[in-house]
Amino acid sequence: MNDFSYTQAASAKEATGRLKDQAQAAYIAGGTTLLDLMKANLQEHPQLVDINLLPFKGIEQTKDGLRIGALERMSVVGEHPLVVQAFPAISQSLLLAASPQLRNMASIGGNILQRTRCGYFRDAAFPCNKRVPGSGCPAQTGDNHNLAILGVSDSCIANSYPGDLSVALAAFDAVLTLENAKGKQRRVPLTEFYLLPGTTPQKETVLEPGELIVAVTIPTAAHTQRSTYLKVRERSSYAYALASAAVGLDVQAGTIRAARVALGGVGAQPWRSREAEQALVGQPATDATFRAAAAAALRGAQPREHNRYKVELAQNTLVRALQQVAAG
Amino acid sequence: MDNEPQFFETNAAPGVVGQPLSRVDGWAKVTGQARYSAEYNQLPGLVHAVLKTSDVAKGRVTSIDTSAAQRQPGVLAIFTHENLPKLAKTPNNPDDRKAFASSPMSFFPMASDQVHYAGQPVAMVVADTLEHAQYAATLLKVNIAAEVPVSSYLDPKATSYVPKNVKGTAGVTKRGDAQAAFRSAPVQLTATYHHATNHHNPMEPGATTAHWEAPDRLTVYDTTQGVSETQKTLAAMLGLATEQVRVVTKYLGGGFGCKAWVWPHVVLAPLAAKAVGRPVKLVLTRPQQFTGMGHREEQEQTLRLGATKEGKLLGIVHEKTSTTSPWDDYAETNSRIINMLYALPAFESTYHLAKASVMTSTSTRAPGDMPGSFAIECSMDDLAYQLGLDPIQVRLLNYAEKDATNGHPWSSKSLKQCYARGAELFGWSKRNPKNGQTRQGKLLVGYGMATASYPVHNSVGNARVRLYADGRAVVQAGATDLGTGTYTIITQVAADALGVPPENVRFELGDTILPTTQWSGGSTAAGRVSSSVYLAAQEVWQKLIKAAVMDKKSPLYGAKAADVVMEKGRLQLKADPGKGEAFGEVMKRASLSDVEGTAQGRYGSVYKEPGATADANMNKEEKEAAAGYSMHAFGTHFCEVHVDPELGTVRVARWVSVMSAGRILNPKTARSQVIGGAIFGIGSALMEQTVRDPNLARYTNADLASYHVPVNADIPNMTVDFIDEHDPHVNAMGVKGIGEISIVGVTAAVANAVFHATGRRLRSLPMTPDKVLEALRQPA
Ligand SMILES: Cc1cc2nc3c(=O)[nH]c(=O)nc-3n(C[C@H](O)[C@H](O)[C@H](O)COP(=O)(O)OP(=O)(O)OC[C@H]3O[C@@H](n4cnc5c(N)ncnc54)[C@H](O)[C@@H]3O)c2cc1C
Ligand code: SF4
Repeated sequence: MNDFSYTQAASAKEATGRLKDQAQAAYIAGGTTLLDLMKANLQEHPQLVDINLLPFKGIEQTKDGLRIGALERMSVVGEHPLVVQAFPAISQSLLLAASPQLRNMASIGGNILQRTRCGYFRDAAFPCNKRVPGSGCPAQTGDNHNLAILGVSDSCIANSYPGDLSVALAAFDAVLTLENAKGKQRRVPLTEFYLLPGTTPQKETVLEPGELIVAVTIPTAAHTQRSTYLKVRERSSYAYALASAAVGLDVQAGTIRAARVALGGVGAQPWRSREAEQALVGQPATDATFRAAAAAALRGAQPREHNRYKVELAQNTLVRALQQVAAG
Repeated sequence: MDNEPQFFETNAAPGVVGQPLSRVDGWAKVTGQARYSAEYNQLPGLVHAVLKTSDVAKGRVTSIDTSAAQRQPGVLAIFTHENLPKLAKTPNNPDDRKAFASSPMSFFPMASDQVHYAGQPVAMVVADTLEHAQYAATLLKVNIAAEVPVSSYLDPKATSYVPKNVKGTAGVTKRGDAQAAFRSAPVQLTATYHHATNHHNPMEPGATTAHWEAPDRLTVYDTTQGVSETQKTLAAMLGLATEQVRVVTKYLGGGFGCKAWVWPHVVLAPLAAKAVGRPVKLVLTRPQQFTGMGHREEQEQTLRLGATKEGKLLGIVHEKTSTTSPWDDYAETNSRIINMLYALPAFESTYHLAKASVMTSTSTRAPGDMPGSFAIECSMDDLAYQLGLDPIQVRLLNYAEKDATNGHPWSSKSLKQCYARGAELFGWSKRNPKNGQTRQGKLLVGYGMATASYPVHNSVGNARVRLYADGRAVVQAGATDLGTGTYTIITQVAADALGVPPENVRFELGDTILPTTQWSGGSTAAGRVSSSVYLAAQEVWQKLIKAAVMDKKSPLYGAKAADVVMEKGRLQLKADPGKGEAFGEVMKRASLSDVEGTAQGRYGSVYKEPGATADANMNKEEKEAAAGYSMHAFGTHFCEVHVDPELGTVRVARWVSVMSAGRILNPKTARSQVIGGAIFGIGSALMEQTVRDPNLARYTNADLASYHVPVNADIPNMTVDFIDEHDPHVNAMGVKGIGEISIVGVTAAVANAVFHATGRRLRSLPMTPDKVLEALRQPA
């Protein structure tokens, strides 16, 4: 790890103002992603600005929906009664993630900005287009067992966001509030926040240098209440998803009125599937409908040698999640 | 001596052998007082060494630019192959290697410009603080002319060969004509089994702290399972006499075989310490642990099994193919257990190796027996289903009443009782004889079982016992406690042997200044060290009895020494127990502040070989007959799994292990060993695998976030029971090792349960969801 300077900021203005070099410096919240990357010499930052004192707090119902401050901890949000009752899928996506110790440290903003677990990216000895543009992507013909099959490119097949929360946020139309160094705020839907790898896998989000995530807002609806997050992994806890599904349904008299579907573990970004939603809406809530939706969601899959199983696994995961929600 | 569990509070009654005494070192551990090998930070002027390892798997170092690193504050020295002090004897030289007690591979890095595996040390930085050393290491510019590596035996570039020898076993062995037996067998089963690379991953990584107390006096605090072996090997490599090196390992945070050897970092630390003239600490990082202390090699085995229509084995032909390093012919010897587990008339085994750009693999919990048991115990399960037999029945049908490999009787064997007890505890009788029949909601439910066995490996070692007149005792042996409970069980043995409460006993271990005993490996420590301590205590009694019968003031005066016995700390006449006195009285009158006894303990067939100290009453014929026993521990595992046929997940829902391993010294620590082994095995069965990139031959998951070991949520409540055995042949205490047997058969028990649940046989470990889904796509 390189030497770095460390300062604390108490306000957004102070935080952005303290940045000596917006492109080089980094904010630190819980540090559970950032410090790992710095210790492995995958990211070097001469300056860290601690944002934990910023007032990006609160979990509350607003007229736009549930608003969660970016500095709330994963454990606090996951266990919050409002979230548990009105947004079960969001609560589950948080509580099925990482470990209790990590969830106690990790912030919502940091979670959204966590980086891929691709083994080549995580070891500076390997070439990797995402880490060193143009160096190559050994995962294409190598160990791609855990990597993505949707939205991938010949440059990169990583699940750029490997985690859980953003999958649920993508499903439920969450909107991020961002604030830049000039104090200007903008609102970006989560589904537009992440970028597909294309030929520039090093560019992962639309966040500008120095820009902060202030909060995330999720509109409340019938389908958020009747929702679930299902995560399939190699061990029962403390592992990233091989495949996951965040789904919400509004079913009336056996017919699906509204549906929200996003997949995790299989997309280059949290994978909102409007194709699946289209296949669901207006249809009876039956296994046949769910299977058709799952097939629609995976239609564009581009698996590699060792992640072919994800095509089937993701569909089965989605079907199971839909069955669970439909069953109430 | 500091850093030893002190005299402690105990929870057990007198007569403590066989009682569930809590760990005597538990208090020291949970309060942080137990000092591990990387925690000798008070050494004067201690500095830190950090390894720089190779990115690529094959090539030659063309240059290492150290200039930027040199300029960093605190940097004391930088070593590369160009300036590393030469070793007096080196693993790279076959003649030199003969002097080593413990060298895991015939290659020492940084002796030349050659790079043979990714993660091989190419430089070492020594600095005043760990942070300075780490940072300086990142500034080293290592240029390597990379060559195309071979990643494993599966690499199309790899060529396989049959070695003359692997680990003392011939490359090809034959007993009877197994090929012919298979060819003419009415029932023939052929199957191939795959195993991923596994890493030991003890919680405590490899760490060495080297302190030259004088130019000819080196003390090394090392994470080793054998202080004496490390002492001898280090002395030879550094050109010192054995006694000029002291090795200390007071506590070990797990070993599992990887700490049984002197790996490069153990030698580099003293070299660095000598060069900078200060104590040096070198701790492997977690990623370095994956390429610093060996692994269990990836491998496949093909087993061809011939049997009668009734299910009696006729012959087995076994072949194993695995990856080895460029210099060693190393493979775990899987054939051993396949050869001996059943009444098998004919057996043939062949080892195939392919050299690849990896370090030499090494002993990993129950080496050979663990993967070997997967092949034989899955095939036996296949045989049972094919013939419509219960899996236990097919095993009883082939029960080995004697060791088929040499015709010897067993020193003790209670496997039948293990099957029966395990079946009862598990509720095996409720098993549906058909597979793929039982559902619980969406889940498929299956029952499986397998046999476990582990050999008694001969070993010898010394111990010293000193009994004080006030009833306290200090017991010493240079053994190591891997975290498994050696401190505790030896305290119990000494307490009973001396007739004092266990809290009066302090057992000191893990230091070459203590009586020499062999390493803690191969499940030998409990049997060997307990025997040596027990026998040393007998010597104390002999001295005290002699003193009493010669002491006019003693009620025992004039008695024959042979007529006097020790009972709960009292010396008394065998025939008239009322006549006697406490040992303290004898010592007081004789002005003896303490009495000392020493003895050699022998474990295995060496116990009763001519010349063994124990049981001197045996005549020559008895001794020879005793040495003719085959000695193994036996046991069995039962489990229930739940398979999700759509999501491909397998979860273990219930577990029962029953072991017979001679006398169980402490059911609590023994149980911990068994559940630890079973959990390790469940890891191998369901999730553990290290992946090497097929093109670059470098691990892609060398950390504990992506190398999955079971978490608590993966492990159900486990039931463990023991069949107590009396084994007069194995050692003075009748103890057989319990450490490694507990993992043997575990992967097969899980796979057999998956087969029962799904009707699909998974023969490739670990059984991850992708493989389960793939299997379920195939017809049952
Ligand atoms: C072993 C392990 C297992 C894990 N398993 C899971 C899992 O199963 N599922 C899952 O979802 N996650 C998992 N995680 C990821 C974990 O959730 C993230 O590390 C955590 O959420 C990051 O939050 P943080 O506050 O610690 O972020 P930090 O490490 O402090 O920051 C991460 C990044 O975000 C930036 N940042 C943080 N906050 C803001 C903000 N408000 N505005 C702008 N930039 C910001 C930082 O500059 C940095 O670049 C795991 C992590 C580990 C280490
Ligand atoms: S998949 Fe992406 S992150 Fe992984 S090696 Fe390729 S470019 Fe790097």
